[in-house]
Amino acid sequence: MSTRSLAKEQPASFAFNADMTALAQRIIAKYPAGRQASAVIPLLDLAQRQEGWVTQPAIEVVAKMLDMAPIRVLEVATFYTMFNLSPVGKTHVQVCTSLSCWLRGSNDVVKACKEKLNIGFGETTADGKFSLAELECSGACVNAPVIQIGDDYFEDVDYASTGKILDAFKRGEKPAHGSAIGRAGAAPAGEAITLTENPAPPPKQDFAAAKAAFEKAKAEAAAKAAAPKP
Amino acid sequence: MPKLTIDGIAVEVPPNTTILQAAETVGVEIPRFCYHDRLSIAGNCRMCLVDVEKSPKPVASCAMPVGEGMVVHTKSERANKARGGVMEFLLINHPLDCPICDQGGECDLQDQAMAYGFDRGRFHENKRAVKDKYMGPVVETIMTRCIHCTRCVRFATEVAGVPQLGATGRGEDMEITTYLEGALASELSGNVVDLCPVGALTSKPYAFSARPWELRKTESIDVMDAVGTNIRVDARGRQVMRVLPRINEAVNEEWLADKSRHACDGLGYQRLDRPYVRENGKLKAATWDEAFAAIASKLRGMPGTKIGAIAGDTVDAESMMALKDLMTAFGSANLDCRQDGAAVDPAVRASYLFNSTIAGIEDADALLIIGANPRKEAPVLNARIRKRYLKGNFTIAVAGEQADLTYPYKYLGADLAAFFANAQVPPGARKPMIILGMGALSRPDGAAILAAARAHAEKIGAVTADWNGFNVLHTAAARVGGLDLGFAPGAGGKDTRGILDAAGKGEIEAVYLLGADEIDTAKLGKAFVIYQGHHGDRGAHRADVILPGAAYTEKDGTYVNTEGRVQRGLRAVFPPGDAREDWTIIRALSEKLGKTLPYDNLGQVRARLTYVNPVFAQVDKVVKAEWKPFGTAGQIAPTPVTSPIKNYYMTDPISRASRTMAQCTEEFVLGGSKQKPTELKSGTHG
Repeated sequence: MSTRSLAKEQPASFAFNADMTALAQRIIAKYPAGRQASAVIPLLDLAQRQEGWVTQPAIEVVAKMLDMAPIRVLEVATFYTMFNLSPVGKTHVQVCTSLSCWLRGSNDVVKACKEKLNIGFGETTADGKFSLAELECSGACVNAPVIQIGDDYFEDVDYASTGKILDAFKRGEKPAHGSAIGRAGAAPAGEAITLTENPAPPPKQDFAAAKAAFEKAKAEAAAKAAAPKP
Repeated sequence: MPKLTIDGIAVEVPPNTTILQAAETVGVEIPRFCYHDRLSIAGNCRMCLVDVEKSPKPVASCAMPVGEGMVVHTKSERANKARGGVMEFLLINHPLDCPICDQGGECDLQDQAMAYGFDRGRFHENKRAVKDKYMGPVVETIMTRCIHCTRCVRFATEVAGVPQLGATGRGEDMEITTYLEGALASELSGNVVDLCPVGALTSKPYAFSARPWELRKTESIDVMDAVGTNIRVDARGRQVMRVLPRINEAVNEEWLADKSRHACDGLGYQRLDRPYVRENGKLKAATWDEAFAAIASKLRGMPGTKIGAIAGDTVDAESMMALKDLMTAFGSANLDCRQDGAAVDPAVRASYLFNSTIAGIEDADALLIIGANPRKEAPVLNARIRKRYLKGNFTIAVAGEQADLTYPYKYLGADLAAFFANAQVPPGARKPMIILGMGALSRPDGAAILAAARAHAEKIGAVTADWNGFNVLHTAAARVGGLDLGFAPGAGGKDTRGILDAAGKGEIEAVYLLGADEIDTAKLGKAFVIYQGHHGDRGAHRADVILPGAAYTEKDGTYVNTEGRVQRGLRAVFPPGDAREDWTIIRALSEKLGKTLPYDNLGQVRARLTYVNPVFAQVDKVVKAEWKPFGTAGQIAPTPVTSPIKNYYMTDPISRASRTMAQCTEEFVLGGSKQKPTELKSGTHG
């Protein structure tokens, strides 16, 4: 990953639309007075949802709304790779290539994406519909390999299923996200192979006997302490 | 108070002290890069790791509060190994370019690498290279050298109050930059160079010009504003290479304003290095004897009432004393050290001092600024106000120019007549203070404003038995010294305005300008003008005889700052050419005029100063001024008050001759040079 900086070409202005403004006000109101800077990440996210990416005017608008210096907002925007600092396609495809996904075959997934979309990482298709990015660990290792499209994770993908998912997006459909091989969440594929029996009930405990033993030990200790020292 | 043991030394410190601070109290030095006394604690360089018993890991001593019974080892094998590891990581990406680095010889990283560095590298991959950033005309960046201590970011945000610096990106890609690579718009920006523990931020004007071990270091006092910042003048041969701050907790802490730091290149341009005499309308180079003869032929036998003298803003007290004595010998009372006509009362010391003292700002709980812009008039003092503001419970109000002062304030308008008519008492303030600026006092109705401000100070309780919050903020380094020694109109004498008026009308036939360049020289009419000073500026252009004097770095001088603190600067270099120390010129001239002054060496001049005002014997101290009536009640004009400083970077002959200050003017005053750094430098090989 290279240094993240603002895109060279920037729009002239940015303004939250009415819905986003209302949402932003609700988010800001969650924080105590004087702590509104805490809302910087959600607000940048709103800006990205509205525009598709975080623009320089958006950074300045957010800074103004939260009474922050623009550099403070820029620091946040450049820190988190989830903020796109340059325009992306309508469907932004991010492939996780970190260790778990790579071990489980993310190279094939990357190959499928590049072939289907005919673009490389960091590029956008000519029609502006798709863009491709490499994702650092998406935190879903148990369902590796993973691709993220928009807010959705497509898990347990391989060369073939990736192709199907992208084809569906190309047709304008919204394929079901989650495991491509039918796993329920992070449950094992197919039958359960561990914990197949019900656990044994906990052993019964004789609290009365334990208490009696404790009292006895205590009495003995007291007697020993009271006994005259030789 | 927790007791702990550091390297076998038992120490008791207040709670919430950090281990590093506790170690400093017993003289145990712990290496550090990111920690700095005057900045918030970041704890990100990890160089200050120490070994604390019962702690599973070495701890960062700069961020670890002391605990009762702690046993700390700062030099144990584990601590040294931890620091060695940190150093090795820092050096992975730090270039080995010390031979071409301006920080070489005064670099924290270099010094500490001598103690903790490993003699081989175990990192065989490529070092990272970072694109250099533009930060304005005074800060040069070589960002590959940056170790991300964030001292500069914290300084800009906390002390300077211009949150423009930040760290973008993360991990290995973290870079220090200004927002969109704009210039760091602060009058204190040069301090980030001092703070930078490596050579990432260096001084642009000083780049590649000298090595620290070649420089002769002389302690002096700054004259670019009236704060009296303690400075160290670094010179090589006859040239002043740079000016750095000295630590003085009572005055400047350890900060220095940009003009004071970087105007020193102006000492090399436009200098008057020989006497000149005007013949047939043209200035002609002359010898000292010819110049003195020209003056003597005019002045001999002239009555004192026809002679006037004006002292400039950067003049030392010794030369003002000599000139005052010379004028007295002529029987002239027409002398003034207030070029702007500030209406302070020379007879009452409290009327022209920053009575609360600069350190006293930290004790105040409410501040009213009248007709001043401290950010432009005294940036270091403004940093102290901001420091007080950051502590909280400090209300600030401003009547005057509405400018960005780096802290929020309640704006009361620029119309002082209306302000004084409706002035309110700040509720609940026990130690309120007023800062009265030259913008208000130098107006024709200054005396009335002074009286009104005095009345207001008493009304709000700013003057009590143990607190005097009535403060005058001067803009001229020479001003308080001049007033203290009585360089002000005597009985029947004329002040600056009077001298100029009389000269225009022909009533005054000779005017002695001692480094006075801020007056309207066109008003001098046909008067015979003697200019004594160091730069060919406004005064010299009008002069009939020019006597070349010494700049502040070229003479032993006494200066009194705005709070009345007498401070002495030492000579760092000799004046150029035939120029001489100023008081000796006046002493030599007095002999030619037949009014020989009774002192032959600096000690005798200083004895004379002390005789005139015992304050001059109290070096480095502030003598409390007695509270007496001053000011003349009168009508205050309803015109808006403005700051006398229009361009911070050019206020005196030295800064007007400075190239660096010209670049700063272009960048910050004229709206920024459109030309951004086009060269895409990266790495250290330019």
